[in-house]
Amino acid sequence: MEALFKKVSALSATLILFLLTGIFVVLFIYAKPAIKEYGLHFLVDPRWGVEVSQNQNSVNNTANTSNQVATLQDSPQIVDSDTIDSDDDAIDTDNDLAADEDSDIAVNDDDIAAATTDTDIGSSTSNIKVVYGGLIPIVGTVLSTILAMAFAVPIAMGIAVFLSEIAPPFISKPVGIAIELLAAIPSIIYGMWGLFYFGPLISSIFGGGSVSLLVAGMVLAVMIIPFMASLTRDSMNTTPNVLKESAYAMGATKFEVIKDVIFPYAKKGIIGSMILALGRALGETMAVAFVIGGVFNFPHKLTDPTVSIPVVLANNFAESSGMSLHALFYLALILFVISFMVISFAKFYFLRDKE
Amino acid sequence: MKVMDIKNFSFMYAGATKPSLKNINLPIYEGKVTALIGPSGCGKSTLLRSLNRIHDLYPGNKYEGEILLKNLETNEMENILEFKKENELINLRQRVGMIFQKPTPFPMSIYDNIAYGVRLKGIKSKSELDGRVEEALKGGALWKEVKDRLKDDARGLSGGQQQRLCIARAIAVEPEVLLMDEPTSALDPISTLAIEELVTKLKEKVTIAIVTHNMQQASRVSDYTAYMYLGELVEFGETTQIFLNPKEKHTADYIAGKFG
Amino acid sequence: MRLLVNKVVLFLSTLSAVIGLVFLFWILITLTIKGLSSINFYIFTHDLVNNGLRNLLIGQFVLALIAVVIGVPIGMIAGIYLQEYSFGNKYAEFIRNLSDVMMSAPSIVIGTFVYAIIVNPIGHQSGWAGAIALAIMMIPIVVRTTDDMLGLVPKELREAGVAIGAPKYKVIIDIIIKAAKVGIMTGILLAFARIVGETAPLLFTSGNSEYFTLNLNEVFPSLTVAIYNLATMPDANLVKIAWAGAFILTLFVLIVNLLGRYIIKDKK
Repeated sequence: MEALFKKVSALSATLILFLLTGIFVVLFIYAKPAIKEYGLHFLVDPRWGVEVSQNQNSVNNTANTSNQVATLQDSPQIVDSDTIDSDDDAIDTDNDLAADEDSDIAVNDDDIAAATTDTDIGSSTSNIKVVYGGLIPIVGTVLSTILAMAFAVPIAMGIAVFLSEIAPPFISKPVGIAIELLAAIPSIIYGMWGLFYFGPLISSIFGGGSVSLLVAGMVLAVMIIPFMASLTRDSMNTTPNVLKESAYAMGATKFEVIKDVIFPYAKKGIIGSMILALGRALGETMAVAFVIGGVFNFPHKLTDPTVSIPVVLANNFAESSGMSLHALFYLALILFVISFMVISFAKFYFLRDKE
Repeated sequence: MKVMDIKNFSFMYAGATKPSLKNINLPIYEGKVTALIGPSGCGKSTLLRSLNRIHDLYPGNKYEGEILLKNLETNEMENILEFKKENELINLRQRVGMIFQKPTPFPMSIYDNIAYGVRLKGIKSKSELDGRVEEALKGGALWKEVKDRLKDDARGLSGGQQQRLCIARAIAVEPEVLLMDEPTSALDPISTLAIEELVTKLKEKVTIAIVTHNMQQASRVSDYTAYMYLGELVEFGETTQIFLNPKEKHTADYIAGKFG
Repeated sequence: MRLLVNKVVLFLSTLSAVIGLVFLFWILITLTIKGLSSINFYIFTHDLVNNGLRNLLIGQFVLALIAVVIGVPIGMIAGIYLQEYSFGNKYAEFIRNLSDVMMSAPSIVIGTFVYAIIVNPIGHQSGWAGAIALAIMMIPIVVRTTDDMLGLVPKELREAGVAIGAPKYKVIIDIIIKAAKVGIMTGILLAFARIVGETAPLLFTSGNSEYFTLNLNEVFPSLTVAIYNLATMPDANLVKIAWAGAFILTLFVLIVNLLGRYIIKDKK
């Protein structure tokens, strides 16, 4: 009995490892066709679902996808057998995919002419390819997150300082609770509030539409502020009182104690919480989906609408199939890898749990 | 006459570079109270905790030598350090009980606390459990205070009561030896006195080994005393002799309060 | 001069706190105003197809409940391993940190994962898929809570349990978990509040439904996904329903949070 219990509990704990690797593996498998098709070029290609006629290609069409200059014509062309690729194909294992590819789709180095199969997209025009590129959502994700951090960090720091050093207990308790309640509010609520109230306010101040990159960045900021503030306050509270007291005893002002004693002591925890919040912001979907605009275009101004990776996933996933689905999985994989790296960096480098 | 015998016993904690106990030779006499005294860090608790192998909860500890316990049926001494199987260790702990410095009531009713160890031995009938519980609580000098609230949560008792509860819980399984690791250092003087009286009463039924940093307590309560220092047994003998006429100068100095 | 800088900084700090509070109250007040005005008896007794919320409320609750049933045992047992059986070895520390990383992972990615392993093979969305996505999100939270709460139990209690002759697993079940019971329950409660407000993992796993159903093998109604769909509809009536739903959801989540907080405080 004892041995059984021990084994089961160890198994449970290992399950977490399996889940994490499982997510990565599954995403990778489903993204593979798109990865094979578009390679790293995907990261810088701004087109999504754009049909490109093969006829415009010159003869020396290299099928090698990676590191090509981003001219449309030279992009690798593979027949998108959308309607052929039933869902069954999409979930085939690697081997099957390879087999399918060989039969249906021209693999990288094959002659384009070998892509003779199913061109049921068009009618008589053979070789119409659909190109997917993730540049715009990637840019949208990065920009909205940077914006969010720019707004959130100072305010979150300020709140943390207030809670930990300035406010007397009868204020810091309720305010602390209020901040944590803010963190508990579901993200769609932020989205609705942003869409109907905050967005219009921003647009009346800064111009542009009531949904835009700017609004998204700011709503994101409001969302991560409580999280960042909580973690930072906790880190600041780990500073031993004796250190603070000795600084005060030397005549330092509160600000100086914060600047010279607390922040250096809690530095790791503070930076770690900032990076962790950044990781969260990267993956935030619902709030951003309401207010970023959902327009698959570059934002030329801050007040332009655009998309982010989670938003593209949220909007397009349900109706996608075939290559567009693979492309979406490619995006999901990119998002997963980036946020995993950021969060792990924060966790393992700054916020390591010591037992 | 010896219920336990420690022979050439050395112990090293996991990850340590020096042993915490060096070559201890110590008898535990049946029906008597043996006190382990010495300054902080001398190893008395470490030694006590070896007697029921509670160190095994933490991996990586190393030991040498023998700790012998008298087998009830064969009257022979068995080396408890050789027990490897789960049920051997469980059996050991049912025969050698332990009281800790901090009272440790289980999160359950007073009745269930006392009955816990008894149920582990397989006794299930309510009437028998009732009997054992009452007997144990009487033996722990707690019965009168709690007999009308046996179903109350044990954590509601005072510190002194909780410790007596732990003692009652331990004697409910009818062990041969009871180990007490500074049982009164977390208690007020009145509770301390109550427990010391209990120890004197209990020794008729259970052999007791008690660690204490309070020398007066050792002299009040014990029949034999072992004085330890830095992991070694400096002197062992009848309590009266140790306190009135210590053989080692070191012992004399400690008792005179010159250090520790 | 130093004093001036000090005053300015302190002022800015306090200002930030005020800003935070402003946002909180702004959100809550608009939610209450818009929400309350749309609440009536009708929405609780009719389903979305008839402009009510009933099937959505029940559906969300069912999904979250199943997630709890699946996720809590796994999370608790893993937490028990980390705290009781691993003695702080490197592997345990690694898993612990990994679990924390998973807590912050994008919820929409979890949705795509479940889509790939469940929805795609089956061929259609289902309530089971949504519940499993929520369960996956719940596991790391429960692991953390169990781990932390068990860690608060003093080691003497464990030793006392072993000293009386109980095998380790019994010590864990009968004594340690009982001692940490309140903390663990509260943690689970707070985890429940957190996943009941999730939308992204449900978007393409359980989808949405306008009808009342308890059949988890089909597309399944959920409040959060419905709010997402409704809020952007041109029909003002539907938007009103979205507000009502948002209000109810937030009220529920906040009450559970405050309750959890109160219980923990009480225990101390």
